[in-house]
Amino acid sequence: MTIKSILAGATLALGVASGAMADSHQTKVGFVFVGPVGDGGWTYEHNQGRLAVEAEFGDAVETVFVESVPEGPDAERVMTQMALGGADLIFTTSFGYMDPTMNVAAKFPDVKFEHATGFKRADNVSTYSARFYEGRAVQGLIAGSMTKSNIVGYIGSFPIPEVIRGINSAYIQAKAVNPDVEFKIVWAYTWFDPAKEAEAATVLIEQGADVILQHTDSTAPQAAAQAAGNVVTFGQASDMAEFGPFPRVSSIIDNWSPYYIARTKAVMDGTWTSTDTWDGIGAGMVGIGDITDAVPSDVKAAAEALRDSLADGSYHAFTGPVNKQDGSAWLADGETADDGTLAGMNFYVEGITGDIPQ
Amino acid sequence: MDLSSINPILLLASLMVAATPILLAAIGELVVERAGVLNLGVEGMMITGAVCGFMVAVSTGSPWLGFIGAAVGGAILALLFGILTQVLLSNQVATGLALTLFGLGLSALMGQNYIGMKAPSFPDWHIPLFGDIPIIGPIVFQHDPMVYVGLILVAAAWWFLHKTRAGLVLRAVGENHDAAHALGYKVVRVRILAIMFGGACAGLGGAYLSLVRVPQWTEGMTAGAGWIALAIVVFAGWKPWRLVLGAYLFGGVTVLQLNLQAAGLAIPVEYLSMSPYLATIVVLVIMSAGRAPGSLGRIFHASR
Repeated sequence: MTIKSILAGATLALGVASGAMADSHQTKVGFVFVGPVGDGGWTYEHNQGRLAVEAEFGDAVETVFVESVPEGPDAERVMTQMALGGADLIFTTSFGYMDPTMNVAAKFPDVKFEHATGFKRADNVSTYSARFYEGRAVQGLIAGSMTKSNIVGYIGSFPIPEVIRGINSAYIQAKAVNPDVEFKIVWAYTWFDPAKEAEAATVLIEQGADVILQHTDSTAPQAAAQAAGNVVTFGQASDMAEFGPFPRVSSIIDNWSPYYIARTKAVMDGTWTSTDTWDGIGAGMVGIGDITDAVPSDVKAAAEALRDSLADGSYHAFTGPVNKQDGSAWLADGETADDGTLAGMNFYVEGITGDIPQ
Repeated sequence: MDLSSINPILLLASLMVAATPILLAAIGELVVERAGVLNLGVEGMMITGAVCGFMVAVSTGSPWLGFIGAAVGGAILALLFGILTQVLLSNQVATGLALTLFGLGLSALMGQNYIGMKAPSFPDWHIPLFGDIPIIGPIVFQHDPMVYVGLILVAAAWWFLHKTRAGLVLRAVGENHDAAHALGYKVVRVRILAIMFGGACAGLGGAYLSLVRVPQWTEGMTAGAGWIALAIVVFAGWKPWRLVLGAYLFGGVTVLQLNLQAAGLAIPVEYLSMSPYLATIVVLVIMSAGRAPGSLGRIFHASR
């Protein structure tokens, strides 16, 4: 009994102490993460954004985060907890948090929500995303140029527009430089499971792929490619530079810091409104990691030219003529895709084999 | 669809690798449950083993020392569970769940400086003579040593449980701890030893992920493997050899479904993704589950 009462006393004391430390004038910003902050990929970069907010505003802002929150009812519980805990602004950083975010936002009209990569908005819910497909286009060009077996392996997470867009974008550029290229797509049905991602990469390599593109968050596929020896990979979400200069020859880097700082500032100033932000390479939300010397210099030059034309807007990653997988026309010659179609993309472009899981 | 792109030899070979972490964790938990203790902390012990093994392997350069470190790390965490449940008589289910949460947090803390580092390589064994047999050689006899350690552990656990006096005592403690106590056996001591063995095995399973299969350290890298191991123990009816079947089946279908996807099979991916779980449950249920140890999960105190 004594131990129990001591423990109870200690818990109470801790609670009182932490309660006393909270300052009511601080703006409290919450983050809900889908993976651990140490995943080296997606969540790692969101956490860098959180740290940037802290560095920018110092004591005026308090940030809280919960990591490895499953997409589903658990997420709703975590968000409710954060809102009840006095958060003024909550970033929910995965597609699967869309409905939970909407549900919780309806219950807390005074709390601002920001949902990453989704498409549902409300008066107190903004959405934001990055045009990762622009980065995928650059990867596709390098992949198509560097594959010798003409088989490119692609590890998908979930069949959502975000991922399908990436596959299409990469394929279009790969096909443009290498008409014989073939994409083998494996759906892992997870954002983060290193063992499964390693397995998927190994399977793709065993089936002849010598370039692996991943849309999952851990560095495990990089390690699998490294073990295989002659397989090219790209960093996903984070630079993953520790696997350079080979197998990792380039990467897509998410840079959320400017956006997080701007939105936090808006809440502090009272100027926050519900918006839909979709920025790409040009705005700096998507970065292309260093293209290493393992890439032939002419390919590197072409990739950098593509990157720059995407950045200044002179070229769109989805420029016609492009047909859908079933052969029907999608984009006419010179026509570019509108954001609405891209945001809800649920079809492959012509040439990709296999079906999208429904 | 192009099934010819699947190489059955590579498929069967990667099956053994995919099953090993689950097998290692499950055989430890099986012994624990046969001693009458339900430790739901397998996931936590696995991930702790994964980080301990990785840290030791990186700092010493020896994967073997890494595995020893993983076993020790897992056993220490399990000892904590043992003290709480056997000495302080806490609820086993709650303590086990807490152990998982604690293990996940502790491992994240311990591994902070090890993210992105590379593990020393752990080469495959090419067993002389056997490894040269066509077809069977590459499937069975050309793996890294831990694959065989896992199988040897299962054999040893079976032999221990069924052929030794100490194993009989352990099973007696698990079936009816009051009777075992009345006969003069040290229930608490037997259970704590079993729990530590379980922790060591889970640690090995975790380290297999961080040192061989992935091989690097990332937070939360076990991603539920511990829960699969727990489920397989139950579905295998607490029998060691069925455990091997369950683990290989699970590993096999996991690898097979990825292969089928890559080959472009016209079955919806959702069904392929659920297939490992379904196949394992169906087969082990059809084989009819065994009976749970009589004292499983019950708190023992000599005065009651």
